[in-house]
This record gives sequence, C-alpha cells and structure tokens, in this order.
Amino acid sequence: MAPDTLEFEESIAVILKEIEALALLPATEARDRQMESHRGRLESTRAQLYASLTPWQRVQVARHPSRPGFEDFIARLFTGFLEIHGDRRFADDHAVMSGFAEYHGERVLVVGHVKGTDTKAKIHRNFGYARPEGYRKALRTMRLAEKFRRPIVVFVDTPAAYPGIESEERGVAEAIAVNLRDMMLLDTPVIVIVSGEGGSGGALGIAVGDRVLMQEFAIYSVIPPEGCAAILWRDPAKKVEAAAALKLTAPDLLKAGLIDEIVPEPVGGAHTDPVAAARMVDEVLARALTEVSALDSDTRLGRRYEKFRNMGRVGIDFVEEGR
Amino acid sequence: MKASRVPEGLWIKCPGCSQIIYNKDLATNLNVCPKCAHHLRVNAADRLRMLFDGGSWTEYDKGLVSMDPLAFNDTKPYKARLKASTDATGLKDAVIVGSGSIDGIQTIVAAMEYEFIGGSMGVVVGEKITRGIERAIDERWPVVIVCCSGGARMMEGALSLMQMAKICGALAQLDRARLPYISVLTDPTTGGVTASFAMLGDLNIAEPKALIGFAGPRVIEQTIRQKLPEGFQRSEFLLQKGMLDLVIDRREMKAVIANALRFMGASQTDTAAAAIAPTAVAAAGRPARQA
Ligand SMILES: [Zn+2]
Repeated sequence: MAPDTLEFEESIAVILKEIEALALLPATEARDRQMESHRGRLESTRAQLYASLTPWQRVQVARHPSRPGFEDFIARLFTGFLEIHGDRRFADDHAVMSGFAEYHGERVLVVGHVKGTDTKAKIHRNFGYARPEGYRKALRTMRLAEKFRRPIVVFVDTPAAYPGIESEERGVAEAIAVNLRDMMLLDTPVIVIVSGEGGSGGALGIAVGDRVLMQEFAIYSVIPPEGCAAILWRDPAKKVEAAAALKLTAPDLLKAGLIDEIVPEPVGGAHTDPVAAARMVDEVLARALTEVSALDSDTRLGRRYEKFRNMGRVGIDFVEEGR
Repeated sequence: MKASRVPEGLWIKCPGCSQIIYNKDLATNLNVCPKCAHHLRVNAADRLRMLFDGGSWTEYDKGLVSMDPLAFNDTKPYKARLKASTDATGLKDAVIVGSGSIDGIQTIVAAMEYEFIGGSMGVVVGEKITRGIERAIDERWPVVIVCCSGGARMMEGALSLMQMAKICGALAQLDRARLPYISVLTDPTTGGVTASFAMLGDLNIAEPKALIGFAGPRVIEQTIRQKLPEGFQRSEFLLQKGMLDLVIDRREMKAVIANALRFMGASQTDTAAAAIAPTAVAAAGRPARQA
C-alpha cells in the first residue's frame, strides 16, 4: 500500500503506484500522456470514493497521520508566531500550543492541540493527549488575549484528554470544567476550528467560542467509536457500527445545530493538498472573524451563551410532556 | 411521589462490613450502615427528601423526555433503554430538579438518578439543570447539585457532550450574579459530569469513599498498563490532592450545606422569596437574551 493511503483507499493506492512506476521511466511523450490519464483516473476515483465516505472512513481520514494540524496551519495562515509556554502552575504541556501571531495584519492569539508528525514529535506531544496543565495554559493565555482585546483562534485536534494517573491527580476534570465556564465569558472574539479529532471533553475543553467551524472530514464525538463499541456492544470490533451510530461527522453536527459551519476540504481530504486545505480554512476563518469582531461585547457574549444554551431543541431533541 | 426504594426483604448484607443490616435501620440512618458508616447509594427522590425541610419540594420540568435524536441502536434500541429506566425508576430521565427550603433557605436542588442509564447526562439532564440554574438566577436562590453519574450519555452523541458547555455557561451566569452553588459529589461521579458542573461548586463537597474522576479506572489501567493504587479516585484521595473542599458524612450533609449557604449570604425567608439579597454588583445578571 502507498504510504499515505488508508485501508479503504486500495483503488487509489493502485493508481498511485502506477504513476510512481511511470515516473521512473524515461520521459517521453507517450509516458507523459499515460501519466496524465492516470492522474485523471486518480481524481475521478478519489472524487467517487470521497463523495460517499462511511462514518468510520471519515474517522480514519480525521486521524490520518499526515493530516495538517496546528503547526501546519500556523505556517500557512499566520505570520510571526511567538509561542507562549506554561500554565504558571505546574508545567508546560506540549500537547497544547499557544502563542501570538498575525492574521491578515491583525494580532491574534492562536491556541490548539498538537499531535506531532514523526515518532519523536508524537511522543513529545503525547499524541495530542493534553494533561490538566494544557487546559490551564490555554485559559491563561486566552485571558491575556482578553486583557489586550485580541481575538482568539482555536484549533481542536485531540483523541481525548490524557487518561493517566497524573491527569487525575492534578485535576484534569476541574481544568476542563473551568475552561467551559470561563471561556463562555471571555470578552474577546473566539473562533474555534475543529480540524481533526474532536475527542469528547478533551476537545470541548478549549472549544467554547462565538463560532465553531468544522473541517469537512473532521469528527466530533462524545466518545471514540472504539470505546463506545467496547461499552455498548461489549466488542471493540463493532467500532464501524459505533462510528455510524454516534453521528460524529461534520454534516451530522451541522444538522444537529452543534456547529456553525463546515469548512470544505480538497477531494481526498486535507492531507492530499495541505495548501488548498489551508486556503479553504482561511476563507471561512477570515469571514467568521470579521463578522464576530463587528459585534459589541454584550451582543457577542449574549449570542455565545444562547448558542450553547440552545443545544437541545424542544420538539426535535426532547419533548415536554404534560404541557 | 414514588415510595422510597429500599431493597426488598427485611435485611441486606452491607457491602462495606459484610454484616447484616435491617432495612428499617438503614432507612432511619439515610442509607448509611450503622455499623461501619458505609454509604449505600441513594435514589434521587430520597436525596431530595433528605435535604429539603419536611421532605417536600416543588418539582420542575418533570415532563421532559428525550426524543432519541440520533435514533440510536446498539445491542438494544436507546428508546427501549429509556423505557426500561422509566419503568424502573418512575422518572422520565436521570435528574429531578426542585425547589424547597434547606433549613429555611429557599434553594434549587438537582439530584441525579443513577438507576436511570447510570445517571448519564443527555439533553434532558442538561436542559433541566440549566433551567434550574436560570430559575435560581431569576429568583435569587442558591443552587445545589447532587452528582451521581457515569458521565455524558453516549446514545445522544455530541449533543450530550455539549450539555457540559451549556450547564457551565449557565453556572458562569450564576457566578456573575453572585449566587451560591454547592456541588455534592456522590458515588460515582465520573466523565463529563466531573469535567463540568461537578467541579465548579463554590464548594465541592463529597460523600466518603465516593469514586470521583474524569477517566474511568479501567481506561486508565489500560493506558498505563499497571494497577491503580488503592484509594485512587476516591473522595479522600481528591481531598488530599486539593480538588475537594470537604468530605462529609451523609448524616451531616444538610447541616453543612445550610451553614455554607449562610456564609454565602443566604438567609431564611418566606417560601419563594429571594434567599440572597440583590447587590449592586450582582444586578448585572445574565446577558440579555437575543431575539
Ligand atoms: Zn457496614
């Protein structure tokens, strides 16, 4: 299998291999024509496959090892990133990054989970599993943005908050809870982009904002499909069924009124064309930031509260019997 | 009102000391073992009976029922799980919200029901607690939430996750209105409930030896591939780590809550009057609702 293809992309992998083999041949007109036709076939095969991904396939795309993450967005969408470290309490959590940057000439705070790209970086970043100090660093730096009236851009991409002894000892639940409460009142524009895995409380812990955007093939779930399968089906192999049942895809969340907008991705997922993927994020992010920044504080905070307040709709999600 | 659900028969064996306890002794002792003080689980209605003066209260939003928004089906349809839980508990979801007086102080209390799908938090739990908090802000009453939950309700997907943000948002408004919120953590309090309202009390008070944590013990053991130390994620452990204000015996709970509410400015009032006098600062309240 080609290195960057997923198990359900066998048909794509075959074409990629053929293109690779052709590239090794001497350049002739005939070879170039053949490569061109292969590329066309690649495009159409991808388009067909990605037009009807199953929820479990979307989970795999969202977790793709080459999926553009925080550092990629920093490099492509922002300039002059200055990282700010530490929670001033215990440590600097490498699974969450935060810092000052410029975005279209405006100074903003950018915060997000980081999973790491190669093995060494993945270990350094704890695979994007944040500990309590990650959530506390996020809030501390967000308060800095609030104080100096700078907007906040958040990238969400984590499997979960780190389930370990030290996380519990240092109060990961408290850290997330405080963020949920205090982000609701942060008096500055907050735009959230769920860019990969929205892993339950570990994701939500930095994801309260005026706009919650979600990339097309990102997921957002109350529990990983594997965990859900293990608990409800008592069989981790039922992850495919669980992924479908949990309604964790971007279109599902939009339909449920839990996100504001879907950010389109290149056909084949963000990892097949990170430049185009970043451009698509840029377009939606810039517009959202402009719109939210135009509101006065009271209106913005009132709407932020109402947005989350209305998650759960009478007549759709619940009914009031006896009324 | 549904009768107290004491286990059938005349006696049970205490899970704490393995001794025989008569049900009538247990009932008069708030479901605490008279021999070893082991705290047995209490259902939501009994919990409210223990806290409210005269064991009476006004219940709110009793008729809220989940519509199964995901049409969730695992080995059993979610709708069937809801029905089985309703049949077993007489409740329509995993929380009862009511107002009444605690030692003369008008208070909103939300008590979670573990027998209803593990006390899990879905849209109805989120909505009822949020409405309770908003009512408290409007009436200037304190809020007490008795947590007893395995966390967010998987069968409602991300909607149940978002109830964490919704309730915490309401608590932010309560906080800004300078109204008291006491979180009572009982066995078990885990997952999304711990990572939201359970940890946000002006006081976080736990019952002895309650399991309190974010990740479940089995998930942690699988992650770190070792056995967890004895007492890990129990009330006394959290107290030692600085996460709880108090660990209190159930038989003292009401008195401690009343005492704390008085510290927080609550006073005895006629029924339904504001328990907390408005102050100039507090007048801000929650932001104006958008049309
Ligand atoms: Zn005993």
